[in-house]
Amino acid sequence: MEIKEFIENFASQFDDTPVEEFKAETQFRELDEWSSLIALSVIAMVDEEYDVTLKGDDMKAANTIGELFEIVKSKL
Amino acid sequence: MSNPFSLEGKTILITGAAGGIGSKTASVLVGLGARVVLTDIREEPLHAVLESLPQAADGNHEAIASDLTDEASLKALVDACPALDGLVCNAGVMKLTPVPFISNEELQRIQSINLNAPILLTKSLLRKKKINKGGSIVFTASAAGVYRVSIGNAIYATTKCGIDAFMRTVALEMGPKGIRCNSVNPGMVETALIAGFTEEEKEREMQNYPLRRFAKPEDIALGVAYLLSDASSFVTGTALKIDGGMTLG
Repeated sequence: MEIKEFIENFASQFDDTPVEEFKAETQFRELDEWSSLIALSVIAMVDEEYDVTLKGDDMKAANTIGELFEIVKSKL
Repeated sequence: MSNPFSLEGKTILITGAAGGIGSKTASVLVGLGARVVLTDIREEPLHAVLESLPQAADGNHEAIASDLTDEASLKALVDACPALDGLVCNAGVMKLTPVPFISNEELQRIQSINLNAPILLTKSLLRKKKINKGGSIVFTASAAGVYRVSIGNAIYATTKCGIDAFMRTVALEMGPKGIRCNSVNPGMVETALIAGFTEEEKEREMQNYPLRRFAKPEDIALGVAYLLSDASSFVTGTALKIDGGMTLG
């Protein structure tokens, strides 16, 4: 599991945010487009792509895309 | 006047009896005098619920573990069931998934538990004439689907809409036979089903509830008890919202 691929998968849940805004250190909740639907989509994407079930608390524990990547990785 | 809310002398089957709403429904119905037959796929917690109940006045309560999505298991339950005065189709599951991520597997699984199983159980009990004249069927539907939809909840809401249509059709067909059919339609209930939500999410969602709390399982169980009792003798085909006013706004 690569961080680059994870960031791409994360970014593909968004429609309007420029792709260069997605980095490991991006604080995703600060993005204008962030919403509860996108949060659910990220959880569903992680389930589908990595077969990892994220709980609401796992999402809460991460502020950046990189931190979320680490949480997913720890559950692989 | 004898208490029209009493369930004395009634035998009632409850599905999903090991869950939050199901187990509370069992104890509320028994408290009102009913004899209950409990079923759930989770065998150990099911027996724990059975053991927690006080003895019935007319015979023992029973627990029969079954997988209602399995044809043979459902048939075995129906065959083992005594004649019933009430049926509570309460078993259900939920998984939040945005529409683009719905998988056929999840769709089939949730639909099979939430929609197909209660339809096939009701059909089988009616076909075998196991529901007495004057009997009452109650489905645990939901505010979801029937009264509102919310993001990520498409499959669950769809199955509950299906239950709503089925409930009304059963009411229509069985009315002349003296069998009533209704549903309870909860909003958020404090059970394991919503354990996946964070405290913040629950806090935000609670702002949509004019009574400023989610339902306790007992709130739903008492609605089920009313619909099973003779107090609701002229009520059939009704979806009873028990949602703290959530669908008003």
